[in-house]
Amino acid sequence: MADTAKPAAAKANAGSRAGTKKELPDHFKAYRHVWVAVEIEHGQVHSVSFELLGEGRKLADKRGVELGAVVMGDDRAALDAAAAQCFEYGADVVYVVEDPALAHYRNETSTSVLTHLVETYKPEILLLGATNLGRDLAGAVATTLRTGLTADCTELAIDEEGSLAATRPTFGGSLLCTIFTLNFRPQMATVRPRVMPMPARQEGRTGRIVEYAPAIVEADIVTKVLDFLADRDSDKANLPYADIVVAGGLGLRSAENFQLVRKLAEVLGAEYGGSRPLVQKGWITADRQIGQTGKTIRPRLYIAAGISGAIQHRVGVEGADVIVAINTDPAAPIFEFAHLGIVADAVTLLPALTEALAARLRVNRLAS
Amino acid sequence: MTGSKPLHSVVCIKQVPDSAQIRVHPVTNTIMRQGVPTIINPFDLFALEEALRLRDRLGGSVTVLCMGPMTAEDSLRKALTFGADRAVLLSDRYFAGSDTLATSYALSMALEQIGRTFGTPDVVFTGKQTIDGDTAQVGPGIARRLGYNQLTYISKIRELDPAAGVLTVERRAEGGTQVLETRLPVLITMLEGTNEMRRGGIDTALAAAKAEVTIWNAAAVGIEDLTRCGLRGSPTIVKKVFAPSARSEKAVMIPVEGTPYESARAVIEAMFARLPDVEAQLLETAAQSAY
Amino acid sequence: MSETEQDASPRFDAIVVGAGPSGNAAAYVMAREGLNVLQIERGEYSGSKNVQGAILYADALEKIIPEFRDEAPLERHVIEQRIWTMDDRSHTGVHYRSDDFNEEKPNRYTILRAQFDKWFNSRVRDAGATVLFETTVTELVRDLSGKVIGVRTDRSGNPIMAPVVVLAEGVNGLVGQRSGLREELKPDTVALAVKEMHFLPREVIEARFNLQGNEGVVIEAMGTITKGMTGTGFLYTNEESISIGIGCIVEDFVDSAETPYGLLEAFKNHPSIKPLLAGSEIKEYAAHLIPEGGYRAIPQLYGDGWLVVGDAGQFVNAVHREGSNLAMTTGRIAAETVVMLTRKREAMSAANLAAFARRLEETFVMKDLRKYKGIPNLLHGGKAQFFGTYPRLISQAMQTWFRVDGVDKKTKENAIARSFREARGWRGMIGDTFRLVRAWR
Ligand SMILES: Cc1cc2nc3c(=O)[nH]c(=O)nc-3n(C[C@H](O)[C@H](O)[C@H](O)COP(=O)(O)OP(=O)(O)OC[C@H]3O[C@@H](n4cnc5c(N)ncnc54)[C@H](O)[C@@H]3O)c2cc1C
Ligand SMILES: Cc1cc2nc3c(=O)[nH]c(=O)nc-3n(C[C@H](O)[C@H](O)[C@H](O)COP(=O)(O)OP(=O)(O)OC[C@H]3O[C@@H](n4cnc5c(N)ncnc54)[C@H](O)[C@@H]3O)c2cc1C
Ligand SMILES: Nc1ncnc2c1ncn2[C@@H]1O[C@H](COP(=O)(O)O)[C@@H](O)[C@H]1O
Repeated sequence: MADTAKPAAAKANAGSRAGTKKELPDHFKAYRHVWVAVEIEHGQVHSVSFELLGEGRKLADKRGVELGAVVMGDDRAALDAAAAQCFEYGADVVYVVEDPALAHYRNETSTSVLTHLVETYKPEILLLGATNLGRDLAGAVATTLRTGLTADCTELAIDEEGSLAATRPTFGGSLLCTIFTLNFRPQMATVRPRVMPMPARQEGRTGRIVEYAPAIVEADIVTKVLDFLADRDSDKANLPYADIVVAGGLGLRSAENFQLVRKLAEVLGAEYGGSRPLVQKGWITADRQIGQTGKTIRPRLYIAAGISGAIQHRVGVEGADVIVAINTDPAAPIFEFAHLGIVADAVTLLPALTEALAARLRVNRLAS
Repeated sequence: MTGSKPLHSVVCIKQVPDSAQIRVHPVTNTIMRQGVPTIINPFDLFALEEALRLRDRLGGSVTVLCMGPMTAEDSLRKALTFGADRAVLLSDRYFAGSDTLATSYALSMALEQIGRTFGTPDVVFTGKQTIDGDTAQVGPGIARRLGYNQLTYISKIRELDPAAGVLTVERRAEGGTQVLETRLPVLITMLEGTNEMRRGGIDTALAAAKAEVTIWNAAAVGIEDLTRCGLRGSPTIVKKVFAPSARSEKAVMIPVEGTPYESARAVIEAMFARLPDVEAQLLETAAQSAY
Repeated sequence: MSETEQDASPRFDAIVVGAGPSGNAAAYVMAREGLNVLQIERGEYSGSKNVQGAILYADALEKIIPEFRDEAPLERHVIEQRIWTMDDRSHTGVHYRSDDFNEEKPNRYTILRAQFDKWFNSRVRDAGATVLFETTVTELVRDLSGKVIGVRTDRSGNPIMAPVVVLAEGVNGLVGQRSGLREELKPDTVALAVKEMHFLPREVIEARFNLQGNEGVVIEAMGTITKGMTGTGFLYTNEESISIGIGCIVEDFVDSAETPYGLLEAFKNHPSIKPLLAGSEIKEYAAHLIPEGGYRAIPQLYGDGWLVVGDAGQFVNAVHREGSNLAMTTGRIAAETVVMLTRKREAMSAANLAAFARRLEETFVMKDLRKYKGIPNLLHGGKAQFFGTYPRLISQAMQTWFRVDGVDKKTKENAIARSFREARGWRGMIGDTFRLVRAWR
């Protein structure tokens, strides 16, 4: 592998391999189109797949190629419904894979199906959600195809040379890096839910369907799904998709004070969450952690009380339209990225906010 | 103890910089690694503890494997202090700059060498993900290369019968828990928070301090094609590392005057001024619930 | 590890508690001389509890590892010493800078303890010692006669035995206290210091302090920065960072409303200090005790089966801010004593280990500490003058003297003399000078 290529424009901090744009091997030249591997669990398409279709649409337009979606399952009706939705969110082609063995997600079956499709139809970009399912599948598929995979991207773009530029946090979110897969195809990336905006749905939009029946022999598959224990929905947090989120941090000082966050959330009909130390202290459950190693949220309004705004927290909330920060320390990093800030003791301000909001919502209602 | 076959588990651990302590040079914008302490990737400790529990329950042994610079020996020794039986360090300058594909290649070759030297691994454990690479890909990559059944995000090993070679596990899936049954050999990536790392006793600690860590280079694990290692074996190319840019405008600060209630009203005023539709929505909801 | 290794319970010639400079020196020397040494450190690694920058005095280390300059992580060698007396808005300083300090084997270095200690400890291990980390010694094990025969740790299992235990556990060492070997620390003989490390690019440091290459500057400061309490502040230049800190006698903190962190904040914001730190990013914060009781506070240093070295033995010269060199020297001499007795197959009895204390008497350690034995009491007793009145007077005098404002010099001289006299009185001033000279002699 001679490094004969001329170095690309001197990019800052490039490692030694950076900038080596070699000629793409001939057998990869046929690779075209952008694909999204759609995630269906229990008949429902995961919203991250729509977010990816929105992003994939932009990449496909930039490359002047088609946007494809792959749906797999055992239930024809669910697959048809999913395909219809994919078209409405921007897909040009949907590859529908139907087989009884695909009733539940299993690595073995999904890996072989997706690998086969990629080798047959040769997409140049393949996107998956960075969910447990997507990460499980992407890692296996990339290894089988011997190609590069960039996980948990926060930004996808096409560079001047037509390559996928995938930007992702690194070192626990302290830094960002932009990664390319120059000499292998497809270029694979995963993106976490809510990192990309939900695209507008174009009702009635349709496209081409390509069928694939893999004819899987169940007896050949080693791993069996014995059971699925659905989470109880009652107290399940749905932070990624909440419109308003109120969160607390260590500045609240005690589990009791954290109740002030819950009370404010209640008045606002909001979800509540917190920074990672609160999970470690057991004040909140892990599914309510917001940030790099917790949930990425994208609410209209985010209220952060007693949170310093460490980078790992910041990357999880930056998609919010308006961030309101309450902190006693005027130099807290959260004020660097919040839209509104107040230097105040959250323990006294939160109840005041709850009271004032309740009053405002009541008064205005009476007035109208 | 079930059956006669002792269970051999291998836990892949990575030495990572303690990311909480990484700084970016304010002038050159490069990562300052000087003085940043290294730790065992925290997620890998859940895997190690699970492997130790399996050994305590079923007998057999636990090998820890790490690919990294020679200084990674510290992390392996620490794993021995927790109670692992033997440690293997895979270290070679040709591995420098490996991405996940090259890493899983090198590790899978080392796992095969471990098989030839200490007995074939029945279970290979990895952490859910690393805190520096953060990809969660190395585990699946190893499984694929070794042809082991891949079990990611495992929260519990319900049953494991080494003699029959079957196991039942609980796997964290979107919206619930899958109960899976599969056969050995398997690769398990352990979910965090599933157990708590034990503390080795004084004998374990003393033995660990004196133990020999097996050190292998590329040749020692039978890697002949060095183009599959390190930078050259990595399809992904990091072109740029940079610190997140500061938002151009800083937060508009709401002055604190009067009572908390007055401050609260000022906050609400400013908040809804930016989000009139959200307020309208809230009022509507409030109105509906009132009747 | 394997079963065979487990039941062969190891035999050690000596156990060292702690892996700071004194413990590392002791363990290294004994291991190098062929003893089977076990060193036990509660931190994750040597130096992990000791994050900040400090001054390393080359001499003491050179006597242990002559070639240390080739491998130890050193930051800058000190070519300039500044001694400042400060009031709230000014400082009056003595600066000594010499190109002579740019010698082939420099005399003093700034170091980052976390890295330095780690290196030192790697040498201990290379020399063959067994080192346990994240293990705390909880108590000494004694036989019926009271002789120390081993230690117990916070890990499960049997105690570990050895004929001699070297206590290098630092200032707050609880093992010795709990075992009744040493008294509890007294609040008037121990200082609490807080320090921070501030990151600054090396170019900025070099420009700000007028340095080239690895040259470094040290500032020692005293005055109203300690708000009338007994204590000093300091600032060291490292390669890419600045260590800054301030410390006062614990008893003074107890009596006053000041907090250590408040003092440090004020010190950092002092107009003479602030520009030196401008634009820096704080990286670490730590608080630590320093034994400052001097000679009079030194406890019993040996007994049947045990020795005390370093801060645990109160070996700190507060006046000259020397500690690690005394720690290494006492560690080395303790080790040499144990090596000598082991070789001669003699018992580790109090009578035999007394050789350690005798040899110490011949070194700078005891000579210096004895010379300054009066200083701690003097400064503490006269803290209002030494950390308030005088710094202010000196500053006023300087200002009167240097300000050109139409007042003739004779009047200025008189005004300065009067200010001193009125503030402290002739008798007070003569007394202070007399006591200072006597304490120094
Ligand atoms: C690999 C890795 C991953 C991580 N992932 C995440 C993640 O996903 N999410 C996450 O949140 N963190 C994460 N962290 C942790 C992160 O680095 C920070 O430590 C954490 O976010 C800090 O939480 P905090 O802001 O609640 O606490 P602190 O940093 O302690 O901040 C508390 C804040 O409260 C303020 N305060 C104190 N008293 C009051 C008061 N009375 N009223 C108002 N304000 C007050 C203080 O000024 C301070 O700013 C991660 C770290 C690592 C290393
Ligand atoms: C702010 C400050 C600045 C200083 N500046 C300087 C300077 O510039 N130059 C200088 O020469 N000196 C300086 N000193 C003094 C110097 O740091 C000490 O004198 C020196 O560290 C003493 O070494 P030591 O080995 O005795 O103790 P320590 O360095 O304190 O080491 C003791 C070790 O024992 C371990 N330990 C304690 N108890 C147990 C236990 N029960 N079981 C296992 N391990 C245990 C501790 O974790 C620690 O690692 C400074 C001190 C302070 C606080
Ligand atoms: N260099 C390495 N040496 C050993 N194990 C590793 C290495 N890199 C990754 N792993 C394992 O793979 C898991 C996932 O890593 P990653 O794909 O980087 O998130 C980690 O939790 C480790 O168990």
